Amino acid sequence: MSTAEHSPASAPLDAALRETIATFLRESETPRAAGIDALKAVQKRHGHVSDDHLAEVAALLGMTPAELDGVATFYNLIFRRPVGRHVILLCDSVACWVMGATAARNLLRQRLGIEPGETTPDGRFTLLPIVCLGCCDRAPAMMIGDDLHGNLTPERIDAILEQYR
Amino acid sequence: MAMADRPLTSYIQPGRQPLDIAGYERAGGYAAMRKAFGMSPESVVEEVKRAKVRGRGGAGFPAGRKWEGAPRGADAPRHRYLVINADEMEPGSFKDRLLLEAAPHLMIEGIIIGAFAVQAETAYIFVRGEYVLAMERLSRAVAEAEARGYLGADILGSGFSLTIHVHGSGGRYICGEASALFSALEGKRAVPRTRPPRSTTSGLWGKPTVVNNVETLCCVPSIIERGADWFLGLSRSATEGGTKLYGVSGRVNRPGLWELPVGTPLNEIIEEHAGGMREGYEARAVLPGGASTAFIMRENFDVPMDFDSVGKIGSWLGTANILVLDQKRCPVGLLRNIEHFFAQESCGWCTPCRDGLPWVERILTALEAGEGEPDDIELLAHHVDFLGPGRTFCDLAPGAMAPLRSGLKFFREEFERHVSERHCPWHDTAEGWA
Repeated sequence: MSTAEHSPASAPLDAALRETIATFLRESETPRAAGIDALKAVQKRHGHVSDDHLAEVAALLGMTPAELDGVATFYNLIFRRPVGRHVILLCDSVACWVMGATAARNLLRQRLGIEPGETTPDGRFTLLPIVCLGCCDRAPAMMIGDDLHGNLTPERIDAILEQYR
Repeated sequence: MAMADRPLTSYIQPGRQPLDIAGYERAGGYAAMRKAFGMSPESVVEEVKRAKVRGRGGAGFPAGRKWEGAPRGADAPRHRYLVINADEMEPGSFKDRLLLEAAPHLMIEGIIIGAFAVQAETAYIFVRGEYVLAMERLSRAVAEAEARGYLGADILGSGFSLTIHVHGSGGRYICGEASALFSALEGKRAVPRTRPPRSTTSGLWGKPTVVNNVETLCCVPSIIERGADWFLGLSRSATEGGTKLYGVSGRVNRPGLWELPVGTPLNEIIEEHAGGMREGYEARAVLPGGASTAFIMRENFDVPMDFDSVGKIGSWLGTANILVLDQKRCPVGLLRNIEHFFAQESCGWCTPCRDGLPWVERILTALEAGEGEPDDIELLAHHVDFLGPGRTFCDLAPGAMAPLRSGLKFFREEFERHVSERHCPWHDTAEGWA
């Protein structure tokens, strides 16, 4: 389980990250086709893609910041605002709905004291709804970071949250 | 079924831990690839065409005919691409996750044979961003195949070369639409494109491109190795060959996935494989293959689960991952959930979809909250026509209307009760655990 802190979103992209993006560019058929990979690399390090970082990546790809922002904001998994250390993606699609996703959402709201779209005051969790996670045989389901958790019950949710500090 | 009769899952071990390349080869893997290199691309296409594989992403287009449409010969334009649509995001569908996570080398072998058949030199596997484990395992399998010389230049002295890229999506349902997927891979907003031209004429970066679903390509190695006649013999359907990954979710005893003959009846899948309904629950209806398929009611539960048979009763096989609606969940609430999904995932390019779907969602939300008006049901019916086939740029909105159209027909009384009783008849249990 991840315990990593995100690096500050205000500092310029460091050399290693710029080199990672340069590698994507070399392997890409066109510069802009490396955009999603580059944004994801920035997000992995910094938690989200800040305006400054977006502008830096755009320059590396030979795009305007507005062009790249048009791409970034289209996608569900590119975060343009700060998030907590752990992002909870709670499936809100139809199979999970049948199996109690509404109850799971209400329990998470209560335990975390936040609404979907918000981050806990201590910066530990961000709660987001997500479309069908393809885990319908173990519904209701959620992801925390890269980890998938299915067959959610009140007891399991409490135990799972404890694993993420 | 015997192991040999399960071409899709016979390589999958308990616990879903995938075989490495050595284990896969010991189990018979990559023999079909070697055999294909001894055939002409045209005869590979012919074999798959004879096997009657229909597109397993849900569209049901015959795979062999799609491959036949790819330009070939010395004068055909290059570069050519094969794109694997692994953007499994149809609500209620979870079959491709199993193949990607647990049988990555079957996927790679299917891609190599498919790319050879359509003479593509580059393949992109477009994986939804949340399938982190699938991406890790695919990337490892690609590296293993490269190290063995099964990918790269002049594979095994065949003169055929192939590079595979694994791309993780930024996440949006519309990326599963083939032309929107090209926009996504090109680093643009994933907005669909006008057709014609077909993607085999102008696809990724304007080059000829074939797009296949994960499960479709995973059928290919066994067809080449054992022949189209054997593959046809696996099926219980006259119009379609092979086996299929059927899934069941909802309040059944054993939700899951099973590889069964194409054409296995719906009630057999639910009763024998999913173990029937949990105690206290009755199946009222199913969505047979995702959120964009029409309801099938109990009187049709004997339908063979193949594209033609399900089409004849007014629905569509889709992904064949079945969601069961029981008597303790509200059909209007279920439709509200579905239309919320489609409204959110609309790319916003064309007006009927961008404006119509949120309107539909608002009406359904009002009905659920007991704030519906008597005209609302007619207004929903109007949207079903206005957002139907032929009125929008792509198939997202018509897909969104398929369950609503059938819901208005089969659950008319429930819709009317929401209005007349001024609340959802299921409101007491709507927010409960299963």
